[in-house]
Amino acid sequence: MSSDVETPPESGIRIRTEVRAPDPAPAATGTAIKLENVNFSYGQNHVLHDVSMDVDEKRVTAYIGPSGCGKSTLLRCLNRMNDLIESARLTGRVVVKGKDIYAPGTDVIGVRRRVGMVFQKSNPFPKSIFDNVVYGLRITGVRDRSTLDAAVEKSLTLAALWDEVKDRLSQSALSLSGGQQQRLCIARAIAVEPEILLMDEPCSALDPIATVKIEELIYSLKERYTIVIVTHNLQQAARVSDKTAFFWLGRLVEYGPTADLFTNPREKLTEDYITGRFG
Amino acid sequence: MTAHDLRRRATSRAVEAFCTAAVVVALIPLGLVLFFVISRGLPALRPEFFTHMPKPVGEPGGGMANAMVGTLILIGIATAIAVPVGVVSGVFLSEYKRSRLGSAVRFAADVLNGIPSIVIGVFAYAVAVMPFRRFSALAGGVALGVMMLPLIVRTTEELLRLVPESFKEGALALGATRSRAVWTVILPAALPGIVTGILVALARVAGETAPLLFTSFNNAFFSTRLDQPISSLTVQVYTYAISPYEDWHRQAWAGATVLIAAILFFSLLARFVTRRLERMHRGTA
Repeated sequence: MSSDVETPPESGIRIRTEVRAPDPAPAATGTAIKLENVNFSYGQNHVLHDVSMDVDEKRVTAYIGPSGCGKSTLLRCLNRMNDLIESARLTGRVVVKGKDIYAPGTDVIGVRRRVGMVFQKSNPFPKSIFDNVVYGLRITGVRDRSTLDAAVEKSLTLAALWDEVKDRLSQSALSLSGGQQQRLCIARAIAVEPEILLMDEPCSALDPIATVKIEELIYSLKERYTIVIVTHNLQQAARVSDKTAFFWLGRLVEYGPTADLFTNPREKLTEDYITGRFG
Repeated sequence: MTAHDLRRRATSRAVEAFCTAAVVVALIPLGLVLFFVISRGLPALRPEFFTHMPKPVGEPGGGMANAMVGTLILIGIATAIAVPVGVVSGVFLSEYKRSRLGSAVRFAADVLNGIPSIVIGVFAYAVAVMPFRRFSALAGGVALGVMMLPLIVRTTEELLRLVPESFKEGALALGATRSRAVWTVILPAALPGIVTGILVALARVAGETAPLLFTSFNNAFFSTRLDQPISSLTVQVYTYAISPYEDWHRQAWAGATVLIAAILFFSLLARFVTRRLERMHRGTA
């Protein structure tokens, strides 16, 4: 990142509501995810219609739209979490870093390792903080204690949680506050060093102070990761994202730089939604 | 206050009184059983009861050391059989909720749970006594294990279903396979309850006599051999209680007291372990 990029605010309790100026285009940003005519349905329920979009690498992309518009479903298509739903069917292509993740013979486990996910409700395992962070590493067979220690410190530092928990890594993760639990889940997701991080309304269960912390974290993480975030909070989309996609009844209505979409929407539907005329 | 209010209040009082009375009635048998067993058993309970072998008829004293060890061995065998099979079956039922085999297993477990224990004894006699032409501790353990099995299967299934789906999603999103998610996250999360279920099942079969009568039979001597008949508290109490000897009756009361104390101990242990494990999970330990 170039040095004139706006730095994230200090950890004061300040909720920015203005739309940030778009970041200057960095050198050689590629496409992390390419969606081509994605249709998704379960049973008779056709949830996504012909969604095509490119998600920029090392940028934050926000999905917004009213409840039931398919934004979370689309997010879950990006790491094949929808495989858990019986009778789910997807057509079209989801290309992650050049590979169609729905191609026959795809290693789903490998996909989920490369595409991490943070859920709406924080879901730390009922284990120690340490064991939570290294879960993803342990299941790949990493046993070396010093490697695990290093990964824990690194991931928790990146998730801005290290200073708060470094003296009690062996305590249960469930003893943490809600906001800390969500940051722990972020640390757990980045410990396996994914390329892409999906966040499904990561702040919806958090108070404003914890929300600010997560947003700052998202801001700092995009240096390393491509982030796709689903949010109901329009201000949040405006604050943290570089590009925003607006969904309506399973269709992608408008997709563009966040500043443009919020200040000068091309579609009437988008304008109505962001000005609160419905939704 | 209107007449309506008064009537409502009276009805409330009456229902409350009725409920209290029902609870008291329900507790009376328990209280009486405890009272009789302990009041008769405690005087006969001397230290040597725990350390000595049964004495021949006519000689006072003696103990049930062999029966106590025998009961421990029998429930040890039963646990070793029922816990692995039961927990794994419970995992299967909770993971493959709608499979046809799953419903069959669930139904079989419920039926098994309702089968009279004497019938299970007959079954164990057929499969574990007849082929070897010998009563054995192993056959008794098999009978008790079969009795524990449905209890453990169903408790495990119920408790695994209570584990939030979000744990599984979290594990899968980190690249865990389904089985990995079950063994490393879901099962540990349900462990406190499963352990309780196992201990409760254990306490229940520890008091069984019928399935042991023609499987482990009885043994007047101290034995720890699995291929030989073995003594157990319940069978010993039964044998002594139906005998015509006053001495033996006293011993039977003492044995019954020990049995009740042991079962109480398991129940308390179950509660203690559960609380301990739960606290560990919540992180307030």
